[in-house]
Amino acid sequence: MAENRLDKRFKELKSENRKALITFITAGDGGYELTEKAVLNMAESGADLIELGVPFSDPIAEGPVIQKASERALKNGTTLEGIFKMIERIRQKTQVPLLLMMYLNTIFVYGTERFFAQCKETGIDGVIVPDMPFEEKDEIQGAADKYGIHNISLVTPASEGRIQMISADATGFLYCVSSNGVTGMRSKFDTDFSSFFAPIHKYAKLPCAVGFGISSPESAKHMSQYCDGVIIGSAIVHLVEEYKENAVAEIEKFVTSIRTALDEV
Amino acid sequence: MEKIGRFADIFGGQYVPETVMNAVHELEEAYNRYKNDEEFLEEYRTICREYAGRPSLLYYADRMTKDLGGCKVYLKREDLNHTGAHKINNVLGQILLAKRMGKKRIIAETGAGQHGVATATACALFGLECEVYMGAEDVERQKLNVYRMELLGAKVVSVNSGTGTLKDAINEAMRDWATNIDTTYYLIGSVMGPHPYPEMVRDFQKIISEEAREQILEKEGKLPDCVVACVGGGSNAMGMFYNFIPDKSVRLVGAEAAGKGVDTEYHAATMAKGTLGIFHGMKSYFLQNEEGQIAPVYSISAGLDYPGVGPEHAALRDTGRADYVSITDEEAVQALEYLSRIEGIIPAIESAHAIAAALKIIPTMDKNQIMIICISGRGDKDMQQIAKYRGVKIDG
Repeated sequence: MAENRLDKRFKELKSENRKALITFITAGDGGYELTEKAVLNMAESGADLIELGVPFSDPIAEGPVIQKASERALKNGTTLEGIFKMIERIRQKTQVPLLLMMYLNTIFVYGTERFFAQCKETGIDGVIVPDMPFEEKDEIQGAADKYGIHNISLVTPASEGRIQMISADATGFLYCVSSNGVTGMRSKFDTDFSSFFAPIHKYAKLPCAVGFGISSPESAKHMSQYCDGVIIGSAIVHLVEEYKENAVAEIEKFVTSIRTALDEV
Repeated sequence: MEKIGRFADIFGGQYVPETVMNAVHELEEAYNRYKNDEEFLEEYRTICREYAGRPSLLYYADRMTKDLGGCKVYLKREDLNHTGAHKINNVLGQILLAKRMGKKRIIAETGAGQHGVATATACALFGLECEVYMGAEDVERQKLNVYRMELLGAKVVSVNSGTGTLKDAINEAMRDWATNIDTTYYLIGSVMGPHPYPEMVRDFQKIISEEAREQILEKEGKLPDCVVACVGGGSNAMGMFYNFIPDKSVRLVGAEAAGKGVDTEYHAATMAKGTLGIFHGMKSYFLQNEEGQIAPVYSISAGLDYPGVGPEHAALRDTGRADYVSITDEEAVQALEYLSRIEGIIPAIESAHAIAAALKIIPTMDKNQIMIICISGRGDKDMQQIAKYRGVKIDG
């Protein structure tokens, strides 16, 4: 697959010997305008890649924070069509790599071919589909490849014996899920990270980023030692919930603090 | 060649998060090992007989037959099973499997509460920890079943997210499963979810049609002309249809919930109004909007209040082997009252949908023809709902 913004960003990070900061926000939560501002601000504040969550009525991989954000976004009329329009506006202002995190039904019903064509057209670099395992990826892989969009693979602490198979086909980066279960801020992790990451480092020939549960500069810094980047979602979405239209300033503070922690030697 | 876990090459699949894939494969392997294991099957048949009260009766509804003046009507009495519905057949099978897999904690989802009660019952019987997810709305309208589950030692978790009904209970059970994947067995109650559930649940329910086929041949010396069952996710219907599928002369009819009418916003008529989608681990028909958001559904029957349908039913419909009709709340309540008065059998409001569908077909059939209706459950749990629907106050 041809390189896109995402691959270039990981190459730059590697040459600078820096960790990737990947942030997540639910698209349309608080309105498109707020999402748009937050994305531009996060890119300025040190986020290397940004995931936009496409709201779904039944997000089975999400914990309560993102579930509620998804509900709020749907309630105020957010649609995939609207999100694509917003991405077009964002793309006029930034070249930060953008990913869509979404459920398979949204792609399927929109029309897989049409969806990936639209991703390419508007400037999306990858998709993360948490309810589509390796065994069912043919559902979208052909179209994703055709339009040069990464279909990001996930591995979890319950992926024993599957990491080699999944890594072999993975492109972009490998999404390492820190804990079994759903998204959400955690105060502690039960996973034994050294043994979780051992097979990942053995088999994965692409950048690896860890997500699910990371919510502070300390935990981001700590988790970054195991891989090439960290993913932060619920902690940011929580700020949107709490500060609403004033969330952007809070997100800026938070993202800056994570960036600073990751860049400390 | 049929793909593994697919029906008619399209429906089914394993669309679940990576976290549960090893568990899904582990279940698949365990099920494939035991489904033809004589010792396992003998244990299943024994517990169905000694504990659940099988075989269930095939009852000739004489007064109903005479009253309607069409074909001969038989009722397959799943309502007489222990715990009052067909749900126990599947639960006992899966519990025996979970036990062999060394699982100690069982979780389940429930709509009307019948699957939850059956699961709580089997967990009590085998001394397993049991947690049942139930939509907040359903907890409210099925209080009696909530109390039964708790009495049996299960923990009932009321689910407030989304629409607070069956689909949300399934979402929450799936989240629990992903979180506690090492210890927990997810006991799905219908012919839905990722492979191998649709196939496995059907196999544990097909005992209904195995018995019915034998019983009717014994009583009448011939096969029925029509078999009718209600369809939510579709487990009693798959069980009632399965052994008749190769008998091409037997018409198969599924009755789904039309609520206040399929042209209103208040129904759960997936076959009439659904479109192809991917949700809850399977590719099948779902009620959803043009952007693929799963629609809120409605039916007087909590057990049929689901926005999708099992993948094998989707295949049976698309291949033309089975027909599906939609029955409104009003038609179902009238059918419940009719059967109560004419045969002294109070069916579950779910099963009443099958009866209502049958009431439309029976008069069009000939008197030497035969119909079997599956009475999937008994109506005790619904009395408060029906009274409320009819404007009768029965609360103290």
